[in-house]
Amino acid sequence: MAEVLVYVDHVDGAVRKPTLELLTLARRIGEPVAVALGAGADATAAVLAEHGAVKVLTADAPEFTEYLVVPKVDALQAAYEAVSPAAVLVPSSAEGKEIAARLAVRIGSGIITDAVDLEAGDEGPVATQSAFAASFTTKSRVSKGTPVITVKPNSAPVEAAPAAGAVEALAVTFGALATGTKVTGRTPRESTGRPELTEAAIVVSGGRGVNGAENFGIIEALADSLGAAVGASRAAVDAGWYPHTNQVGQTGKSVSPQLYIASGISGAIQHRAGMQTSKTIVAINKDAEAPIFDLVDYGVVGDLFAVVPQLTDEIKARKG
Amino acid sequence: MSLRIVVCVKYVPDATGDRQFTEDLTVNRDDVDGLLSELDEYAVEQALQIADEADDAEITVLTVGPEDAKDALRKALSMGADKAIHVEDDDLHGTDVMGTSLVLAKAIEKAGYDLVITGMASTDGTMGVLPAILAERLGVPQVTLLSEVKVEDGTVTGRRDGDTASEQLEASLPALVSVTDQSGEARYPSFKGIMAAKKKPVESWDLEDLEIEADEVGLEGSWTAVDSAAQRPARTAGTIVKDEGEGGKQLAEFLAGQKFI
Ligand SMILES: Cc1cc2nc3c(=O)[nH]c(=O)nc-3n(C[C@H](O)[C@H](O)[C@H](O)COP(=O)(O)OP(=O)(O)OC[C@H]3O[C@@H](n4cnc5c(N)ncnc54)[C@H](O)[C@@H]3O)c2cc1C
Ligand SMILES: Nc1ncnc2c1ncn2[C@@H]1O[C@H](COP(=O)(O)O)[C@@H](O)[C@H]1O
Repeated sequence: MAEVLVYVDHVDGAVRKPTLELLTLARRIGEPVAVALGAGADATAAVLAEHGAVKVLTADAPEFTEYLVVPKVDALQAAYEAVSPAAVLVPSSAEGKEIAARLAVRIGSGIITDAVDLEAGDEGPVATQSAFAASFTTKSRVSKGTPVITVKPNSAPVEAAPAAGAVEALAVTFGALATGTKVTGRTPRESTGRPELTEAAIVVSGGRGVNGAENFGIIEALADSLGAAVGASRAAVDAGWYPHTNQVGQTGKSVSPQLYIASGISGAIQHRAGMQTSKTIVAINKDAEAPIFDLVDYGVVGDLFAVVPQLTDEIKARKG
Repeated sequence: MSLRIVVCVKYVPDATGDRQFTEDLTVNRDDVDGLLSELDEYAVEQALQIADEADDAEITVLTVGPEDAKDALRKALSMGADKAIHVEDDDLHGTDVMGTSLVLAKAIEKAGYDLVITGMASTDGTMGVLPAILAERLGVPQVTLLSEVKVEDGTVTGRRDGDTASEQLEASLPALVSVTDQSGEARYPSFKGIMAAKKKPVESWDLEDLEIEADEVGLEGSWTAVDSAAQRPARTAGTIVKDEGEGGKQLAEFLAGQKFI
C-alpha cells in the first residue's frame, strides 16, 4: 500500500490534535508515515503509533529552532526522498502552510491549502475546501507531482488505529538557504489553561459590543462554564481589549467548532470567513438587523450584559 | 546606493460584493468590482515607511493580473510608490499559485531588487503561501508574517507573532518580507498623491518579456485542478427570540437540547 507522509505538529513531544486528525485522513489514502522534528521528536512515537503511524521518522538539530521554516523544509524533503510517498499532509498552521508550499515548489508538485476533508479518488486524493468566506465548497485535486495538502483543524475525527510506529532516524543535510533567517529571540505565549482556539469543540467570542477589556471577564466566564476557548472580533482586538492570537476571522484564526457563540459581534464578511463552517452557531446581539443573525441556529436579540451572565448562571446550575 | 524595494500587490474582487466562480471554475473577475487587496495596502505602507528611513530608496509596485489590475497599481502609486509594473497576458487566465509565483519571480529579477514586500495573504484566494514560494524561487531569506519590520544597514529585522511564541527575526538583504494587518494602518492617498500618480510610469510586460512559455502558466500549466464548486446551501433559518428577561435561560434550554450542556 502507498505511503502517505504526515508532518507532525508537536510541542516538546506532545502531539497536537490536528496531527492526529491528519492520521485519520492519511489512512483513507494509504499508510501513514509520520515526520517529527526538533526537541522531543522521539517522544511523539507512542501516540502516533496508536493512531495509525506505521513509521515515525525523527530528526533533531539546533537549526530547527534557531532559523525560520527552511530547515524544516529541508527535513521534510529528506523524508519525501526517503519514502517516495503518494501524498504529503501538513497541518494548516501559518508555519505548516509555509513548509508545505516550499516543499511543493521544490519537488515540482501542486499544493492545496486549508482542506476541510479528504477522500481517495481515481486520480489521487480529492480535497474539499471552502471559498469566499465559506459561501462556496470546492473539490480539488493536485494534477502535477505528489499531492501536497494542508488540512485545517477539526476536519476529521481522531481515531484509534494501532500500528507499529517504529522510530527511524532521518538523515538531514541543510542547504544554503536553511540559515537565511535567524530567530534572535522567542517569547513563548502564556498558557491560559483554556483549550486551543482552533482545536476547541466550543468557542465563545466577544466583539465591539463587549465594550472594554474589563468586560471580557463576562465572555471568559461563559467560556469556562462550557470548557470553551475564547475568541474575539478584530474590532475588539484592535481596541486592545483582547490579544490578537484570539482573533477569529480572515486575518485571525479560522475555527470550525461544534458550537460557536458570538456576543456583540455584527457578523462582517471577514469575521464570517473564520467561523462560518462551525456546526452550530448562536448569537447574542442587541440589534435585530445584525447580519450575524442570518447564520444562527439560535439567536437572542438583547443586551449581552444581561443575557450572557444569565446564560452562564443557568449552565452552571444545570451542570450542578 | 539606492535601496530597491518591490511590492507585490494583487487586484481582487470586492469581498463585500457577491463573489462567484465562472464556468471554468476560476474566480469571476468580470462581474464584480475589484480593488487593491486591503492586505496589500499594509505592504505598500511598510515599504513607504522603510523608504522614508533609508537615505535613498525606490519603490516599484508589481502586479500580475488583467487590464483592470492597473487600478490596484494606481492606488499604490497614489499612496506614494514611485513606479509600477503590470504583467498582463491572455495566457495567464486561470494561473494558480505556482504559475503566479513563477511570473512574479521572473518579473522581480528583471526589475532588480534588494527587498521584496508582500501582503500576508490575498483576500480572494487567501492561501497565504505565495510569499514563502516566492522566497524559495528567488533563493533569498523569507522573513514572513511580520507585525513589525525595520531595515537598517543591509539587514531586515522584524517580529513574527506565531501560534505558540512571538519571534524576533533577522536576515541580510536581499530578502523577502510579508507583513500582517497588525503592522500599522495604511495611509489614505492624498489629493496631491492622486494627481502625482497619474504621471508616474507604469510599464507593461507580457510573458515573452519574461521568457515564460504559455504552457507554464494558465489553466493548462496549473498544478492543481478544481473539479467542482458548489454554493453552500443557505443555513436553514434559525430561531430568533427577543430577550424579555429570560433570554439567557431560553438559550441555555436550546444548548441543553443540543446536548452542549
Ligand atoms: C482585510 C480585512 C481583514 C479583516 N479581518 C478580520 C478578522 O480576521 N476578524 C474580524 O472579526 N474582523 C475582521 N475585519 C473587520 C471586519 O470587517 C469588521 O470590522 C469587524 O469584524 C467588526 O467587529 P465587531 O462585529 O465586533 O464590531 P461591530 O461591527 O461594530 O459590531 C458590534 C456589534 O455589537 C452589538 N452590540 C453593541 N453593544 C451590545 C450589547 N450591549 N449587547 C449586545 N450586542 C451589542 C452591535 O449591535 C453590533 O452588531 C477585517 C477587515 C478587513 C478590511
Ligand atoms: N497576482 C498577483 N500579483 C501580485 N502580487 C500577488 C499576486 N497574487 C498574490 N500576490 C502577493 O502575494 C501575497 C499572498 O498571496 P496569496 O498567497 O495568494 O494569499 C499577496 O498579499 C500579494 O502581496
